Amino acid sequence: MPGKLKVKIVAGRHLPVMDRASDLTDAFVEVKFGNTTFKTDVYPKSLNPQWNSEWFKFEVDDEDLQDEPLQITVLDHDTYSANDAIGKVYIDIDPLLYSEAATVISGWFPIYDTIHGIRGEINVVVKVDLFNDLNRFRQSSCGVKFFCTTSIPKCYRAVIIHGFVEELVVNEDPEYQWIDRIRTPRASNEARQRLISLMSGELQRKIGLKVLEMRGNAVVGYLQCFDLEGESGLVVRAIGTACTLDKLSSPAAFLPACNSPSKEMKEIPFNEDPNPNTHSSGPSTPLKNQTYSFSPSKSYSRQSSSSDTDLSLTPKTGMGSGSAGKEGGPFKALLRQQTQSALEQREFPFFTLTAFPPGFLVHVGGVVSARSVKLLDRIHNPDEPETRDAWWAEIRQEIKSHAKALGCHAVVGYSESTSICEEVCILSASGTAAVLNPRFLQDGTVEGCLEQRLEENLPAGCGFCHIPYDELNMPFPAHLTYCYNCRKQKVPDVLFTTIDLPTDATVIGKGCLIQARLCRLKKKAQAEANATAISNLLPFMEYEVHTQLMNKLKLKGMNALFGLRIQITVGENMLMGLASATGVYLAALPTPGGIQIAGKTPNDGSYEQHISHMQKKINDTIAKNKELYEINPPEISEEIIGSPIPEPRQRSRLLRSQSESSDEVTELDLSHGKKDAFVLEIDDTDAMEDVHSLLTDVPPPSGFYSCNTEIMPGINNWTSEIQMFTSVRVIRLSSLNLTNQALNKNFNDLCENLLKSLYFKLRSMIPCCLCHVNFTVSLPEDELIQVTVTAVAITFDKNQALQTTKAHVEKSLQRASTDNEELLQFPLELCSDSLPSHPFPPAKATSVDYSSFADRCSSWIELIKLKAQTIRRGSIKTTVTVEKTSPMGEGNFRNRSAAPCANSTVGVVKMTPLSFIPGAKITKYLGIINMFFIRETTSLREEGGVSGFLHAFIAEVFAMVRAHVAALGGNAVVSYIMKQCVFMENPNKNQAQCLINVSGDAVVFARESELEVVSTQQPAANCQPACTGGEVTT
Amino acid sequence: MTSELDIFVGNTTLIDEDVYRLWLDGYSVGDAVALRVRSGILEQTGATAAVLQSDTMDHYRTFHMLERLLHAPPKLLHQLIYQIPPSRQALLIERYYAFDEAFVREVLGKKLSKGTKKDLDDISTKTGITLKSCRRQFDNFKRVFKVVEEMRGSLVDNIQQHFLLSDRLARDYAAIVFFANNRFETGKKKLQYLSFGDFAFCAELMIQNWTLGAVGEAPTDPDSQVDDMDMDLDKEFLQDLKELKVLVADKDLLDLHKSLVCTALRGKLGVFSEMEANFKNLSRGLVNVATKLTHNKDVRDLFVDLVEKFVEPCRSDHWPLSDVRLFLNQYSASVHSLDGFRHQALWDRYMGTLRGCLLRLYHD
Repeated sequence: MPGKLKVKIVAGRHLPVMDRASDLTDAFVEVKFGNTTFKTDVYPKSLNPQWNSEWFKFEVDDEDLQDEPLQITVLDHDTYSANDAIGKVYIDIDPLLYSEAATVISGWFPIYDTIHGIRGEINVVVKVDLFNDLNRFRQSSCGVKFFCTTSIPKCYRAVIIHGFVEELVVNEDPEYQWIDRIRTPRASNEARQRLISLMSGELQRKIGLKVLEMRGNAVVGYLQCFDLEGESGLVVRAIGTACTLDKLSSPAAFLPACNSPSKEMKEIPFNEDPNPNTHSSGPSTPLKNQTYSFSPSKSYSRQSSSSDTDLSLTPKTGMGSGSAGKEGGPFKALLRQQTQSALEQREFPFFTLTAFPPGFLVHVGGVVSARSVKLLDRIHNPDEPETRDAWWAEIRQEIKSHAKALGCHAVVGYSESTSICEEVCILSASGTAAVLNPRFLQDGTVEGCLEQRLEENLPAGCGFCHIPYDELNMPFPAHLTYCYNCRKQKVPDVLFTTIDLPTDATVIGKGCLIQARLCRLKKKAQAEANATAISNLLPFMEYEVHTQLMNKLKLKGMNALFGLRIQITVGENMLMGLASATGVYLAALPTPGGIQIAGKTPNDGSYEQHISHMQKKINDTIAKNKELYEINPPEISEEIIGSPIPEPRQRSRLLRSQSESSDEVTELDLSHGKKDAFVLEIDDTDAMEDVHSLLTDVPPPSGFYSCNTEIMPGINNWTSEIQMFTSVRVIRLSSLNLTNQALNKNFNDLCENLLKSLYFKLRSMIPCCLCHVNFTVSLPEDELIQVTVTAVAITFDKNQALQTTKAHVEKSLQRASTDNEELLQFPLELCSDSLPSHPFPPAKATSVDYSSFADRCSSWIELIKLKAQTIRRGSIKTTVTVEKTSPMGEGNFRNRSAAPCANSTVGVVKMTPLSFIPGAKITKYLGIINMFFIRETTSLREEGGVSGFLHAFIAEVFAMVRAHVAALGGNAVVSYIMKQCVFMENPNKNQAQCLINVSGDAVVFARESELEVVSTQQPAANCQPACTGGEVTT
Repeated sequence: MTSELDIFVGNTTLIDEDVYRLWLDGYSVGDAVALRVRSGILEQTGATAAVLQSDTMDHYRTFHMLERLLHAPPKLLHQLIYQIPPSRQALLIERYYAFDEAFVREVLGKKLSKGTKKDLDDISTKTGITLKSCRRQFDNFKRVFKVVEEMRGSLVDNIQQHFLLSDRLARDYAAIVFFANNRFETGKKKLQYLSFGDFAFCAELMIQNWTLGAVGEAPTDPDSQVDDMDMDLDKEFLQDLKELKVLVADKDLLDLHKSLVCTALRGKLGVFSEMEANFKNLSRGLVNVATKLTHNKDVRDLFVDLVEKFVEPCRSDHWPLSDVRLFLNQYSASVHSLDGFRHQALWDRYMGTLRGCLLRLYHD
């Protein structure tokens, strides 16, 4: 019994009128935790009751503390009939269970009812007294910190990044239990809310146990999802990255009274681990966790047995041995070997992080993804997690082997998702294959000297720029050139990744949001036939999504994609694909060639004319985009680049095979080089459509930029005004003209119009950037398409933007010349990468292995897979000389907009999907927010129709998140995400239901303006490098 | 392809001032979109009509949801659902409670009842203000009236406290409530030249001087039977006003008063002869207004009487405003020199206010 939970009910306000006769309410409160319930007295005849209760004390196991939510129910006392419930508040007490986070939860919580929404507020105080035997106790994992943020949280540094943790729990969905036929909708909704709350508590506890087992103390990039499988159950699953974090000692510099500015303050902004070289300037915290060592052979996945078979796909011995010495220095090979061994001992060397401490990411291979179609009604034992565990293990295995095929031993920016329609479920996983620096993966002391040597010898930023795979035996055809930064190593022409743009990457111009959208009709079918149909469609979709992305990227004149997220959604009669990414121009990669259109019927004069007209339009668009995104790379003459690579042009023609609806044959040349144009051949209306749709994407109005990554490449002078929003649209397709083209057009229009609406709505914030734009597509019914967007608009200072861009261009020009000199200075063997040459199996983009149907993937699909492979690779610079700064160069911006009015009665709580707050520093993480709500109505029309209903519900969800954060003592939620928004309506019955799941990290932040006094007192020497760093990293 | 559902929810609730105005003015979504198109917003922003339609719908929905809270502004401040910066909250409230001059002149002094509400159709046609907007304004008047009706203390303070209005707007509402409570007639044809501002000015003076609250005795006595201190005229005072009758009934007193005024103003007034000729009529008019105020009917006709008995005669003789001021000052002051007149304080309380009102009412 290691904990005592204490709860005090203070007061209520704005309660609804429960007694029509008196227009008043006789309210009392039930406080429930586990199986214990306390009640307050009835406070008669008031809408603003003052209970001022005693402290209700619950003596409980800490296992329960982690699993159970505190449940507070407000009721109206009725002498003659049953008491009426007014509403409930669920409080997750997890943030109180670890030190450093919140110590008390105290504040006004909205009282929520699943039928009526928010009905007044209640003031509650919650405390926990933990007893001291925590560390011996292994059923619970109190003390393990959870972060949704997919980078090392701002006020911590990573001592060790242990790796992947996952867990999955299953339960019967209360909505599908027999009892649901006789209970009220309210009771059913509450049962579901409570169950999910319990399950996520349990899940978090179990993940925490795994982390403790790995000797970690935190989970970063924690992503928890629900799968509403229907009859077969309700699955809650989570993935994350186990880490050992060390709190950066930040003296109380935030107190105005204390003016002992610390250098650490300047270095906190981007979460980095101080470089061993510059350790003296880093935080003074001793590395108290150094004794932790990596515990290798443990398998943290439940189904460890399933893994070994697939591993044989890739020769285990291959990576570390052999060819390493071919080009690289010996120590480099050693490094590789060590990393290899460290990672290979893990079952899944995956990392859910998307941004990393400098030096962590050595090479980036490209995107790896895997999908699998499953039938839910075939689960043998639906109440047990085994089957799902096996499914996921399979997919992860595949991802792992894809990464190996790319010469990478790890996957970063890893995520998993599902799409369910009736009994069919598509499981997807994707990430970026990468080679990592072992320093963060295990105990750093042993290799200290090795690292140091490594750091010293790495040429500026080029050490990891280059293809990790063997250029003579590439897993897919690609055109390689020498890196445009160091000109010594090979880089691909295009690079796709799922991670954020690394802080030290050199980018030219600004980035932009690039989306590929696609619909495919599918015959309605049952069970296996359905799964087969879906499996057959998937590779085509992957391929077309890839083609669209590629075309749009070229059209923007850019050469790399970051934050790529491809979502495939399954519906009754169609499949939808939506890919979002942020396009940028990486200075290290070659200038992309243009797009060339070629007609197939050359004898027709007017047709030729049409083609040339299109060509002109495309060329104009590219030119316009280059101007718009300020892409003007320094001209580099051919001689500087060096001799052409003696590689035979691997021109591979690719046939887009017959799909059931049309006989399109478009030939694509994937091996476009710098001088080669990307050729689009047009021979029918379909292909024409494609070209047209390329050109219909309207650029955002001037003053607007958008991206789906954390920060916008090329903008670094954010002001403090932010606006997070969620926008939902549902369209009904007219069932008459359901062709693929019509569908595509509808879907495209839906997304484009949605974006246009956002730009219009937020026009008062110009100049501004929509960051972390996150689109989710779902198909709630036959003819309905639902698109949900969550993003944050951040204003920036235009004037300063111009200046820095100019400075940046100069900088990069300068860099080009210095790099040139470096070429002469460095002996070749030091900077060239050592590449193991092994015959890797061709990487697969899709996995459509639905049990026995896997074999049906005939050879032509294999071919397409090969071509459709999205894996690209390029270079990202690490510059050792550059002082690390935050992604947005915090040294550069000042708080420009006025401070928020202080006299508000309700404290302002900011919400953002980003991991930082512009113009402010996060001083404390208070714990994870993970909330699940159901709202139902039987009076849809009266509540303003579907729009009115959902608008009110989302506003209420925001309000409840803010209230919980405020009660924890926080003033913001970072890394906020709406993971699910399931909306169902039945207008004929005047009913609707919606489920929303949100999460994020509650934090305390302090405005930079408040800290300014401190920073201006800093010696100029400290300030200087930070500022320059900010500019370089643009 | 039809949009089934289309919403935008910000962590900070977005308020578009222009759309808010259109909504307050009672335009339908369609009309509002048309008006916005005409304002040239499409050209400025490069948006499409569909975007504008969606945006307008969205704002209208937000306003509709906020309206419930605007009915009790303190709720808007304490609610947790919509995060709105304080300056925006103030703007929402202020604009919601703002009213049209044309509308308020139509209902000023009328009973805020269902009957009047039925006439809103006609008012809407007459003023060109949409029926929806008329309803909102009328309901605002009625809501404020209901809330402060039973309250003690300063009318303006009560309104400000419960509706969080600006000082200016709270004063206007005090005037509206005061007029509605006392049912002053303002709709007669001969009163049409008067603006709401004129009446509000008079209301303020009357609230300050002629009500129970003005005397400043009641707050110390919690058991006092007197309620509605700022809303109702001081009955005792009105009763006492009968004593002023002597000023015109007693011929000697009237003559003495006239000679005092004439002596003082000789050579100073451009319209001296007209004044001299009309003195007794004017004085009789002003005093008779006072003595009749015990009857509710006459209270209601206060402004009609003032215009008929004083403003119109002077205006027909083309008195300049400066002369009216000189006359009224002298007329009030001279009473202090009338030895036989004992109700000096009463006279000052009456005439001080009336003088202010008359000067405000005296214009074309």
